[in-house]
Amino acid sequence: MVRPCMVALAPRPRECALTTVATNQLLAATGEEGGGFHPPSIAEFFPASFLFEGTPFEMNRIILVRLVAAAVVVVLFVIAARRAQLVPGRGQNLAEMGLDFVRVNIAEETLGHNARRFLPMLTTIFFAVLFMNLTGVVPFLNIASTSLIGMPIVLALWVYVMYIGVGVRKFGVGGYLKNNLLPPGLPKPLYVLVTPIEALQVFLFRPATLALRLTANMIAGHLILVLCFGATHYFLFEAGGALKIASVFGLVAGLAFTLFEVLVAALQAYIFTLLSAVYLNMAVEEEH
Amino acid sequence: MTSLADTAALVAAEPGEEVEGINLLIPADYDIIWSLVVLLIIAVAFYKLVLPKFQAVLDERTEKIQGGLAKAENAQAEAAAALAEYQKQLAEGRAEAARIREEARAEGTAIIAELRAKASDDAARILENAQRQIEAERQQASVALRAEIGTLATELASRIVGESLADSARQSRVIDRFLDELESSTGEVPARAGRPGQEG
Repeated sequence: MVRPCMVALAPRPRECALTTVATNQLLAATGEEGGGFHPPSIAEFFPASFLFEGTPFEMNRIILVRLVAAAVVVVLFVIAARRAQLVPGRGQNLAEMGLDFVRVNIAEETLGHNARRFLPMLTTIFFAVLFMNLTGVVPFLNIASTSLIGMPIVLALWVYVMYIGVGVRKFGVGGYLKNNLLPPGLPKPLYVLVTPIEALQVFLFRPATLALRLTANMIAGHLILVLCFGATHYFLFEAGGALKIASVFGLVAGLAFTLFEVLVAALQAYIFTLLSAVYLNMAVEEEH
Repeated sequence: MTSLADTAALVAAEPGEEVEGINLLIPADYDIIWSLVVLLIIAVAFYKLVLPKFQAVLDERTEKIQGGLAKAENAQAEAAAALAEYQKQLAEGRAEAARIREEARAEGTAIIAELRAKASDDAARILENAQRQIEAERQQASVALRAEIGTLATELASRIVGESLADSARQSRVIDRFLDELESSTGEVPARAGRPGQEG
């Protein structure tokens, strides 16, 4: 359990960034009427729908981006699989490298001999999250399709149902609860404290943090990119005189954050999948 | 840029209403639906097609490599067996050669011994022949001599008789000498003369 703690530390600077963005937004709220600077706003995550409006199949821009990401990942991998040969070509090598990464570095390292059982699930999660995260830096898509909370929630629920399901199937309801809520080796009075914490952990915090971590990272990333490029645009076209030079800084920061977002996209996909594997492992392992 | 349009659209949709931050964490029904759809598509692709296919390729590759290794091992074993066989044959060949050489040497020794025996036989025979020939010639000479002695004795007698008897002393000396000579030669001659008769 060391890893998730370290991981939990990672998003902290992003949260600070989020607050900065929020204050910016407050500051800009007055400026919006007078000037052309468009501050990033959470309204961007609720674009107008253009299809099936008012039905549960309502479709907006982010949903479309999500479908595009899904289509890309499916098409890429299906083509790679169709062409897969004994001696791999360049594309197949790349696909195999990705699949091997999930299999070896995530599944086998965490789950050991149980890895094969959960490999399809973990692979699906990793590549779904990765590609939907990456749409945040793809020109014209420009938003991570995991920044709408629905996708992370669905993924987290899948993991949640799976780890409880396999745990209960293996140990029975009582055995599973005992395994998870009554960690062995503690003095009895401590269970008064530990058991509620563990219960919250298993049944609420794990899925909630899985979903929130992912979506918050993607939202923050998008806001920062909008801020950088919005500022660049404003300084270049609408600010007067010497202030135009400031657009250079905006652009450089925008480029840097774009690269950073690529890293974050991959990192969040890795974290999400790794934590899923860890939770599954905790459910099926004899003792921990 | 796009966000400008987004905001404009939003403002158009809900005029005057600011989006609450908490809405970011509450999924809309369509959001959940489309997430499920997308996840289902990706999951089906990975579960049904991508992973089985890549697994099959990996398995096949493993099998090929293992097969190759086994084949190489077999080949090595075969080579080792062949080498052992070859060395065995070589040793056998060497032993055979040694045996043949030994036999040849023994045979050679036998041949030499045989030849030597034969040669010494020949030499003995030649020697015997030569001796026999010499003996025969000697016999012949002795016979011839005996015949001649008679003649000589007759001649001598005639000479003595023919000579003047003035010196009686000398006469007697001559006679004595002759008799001596005769005596010494007859002492041998009859003994020798007996042998050719025996061999006859």
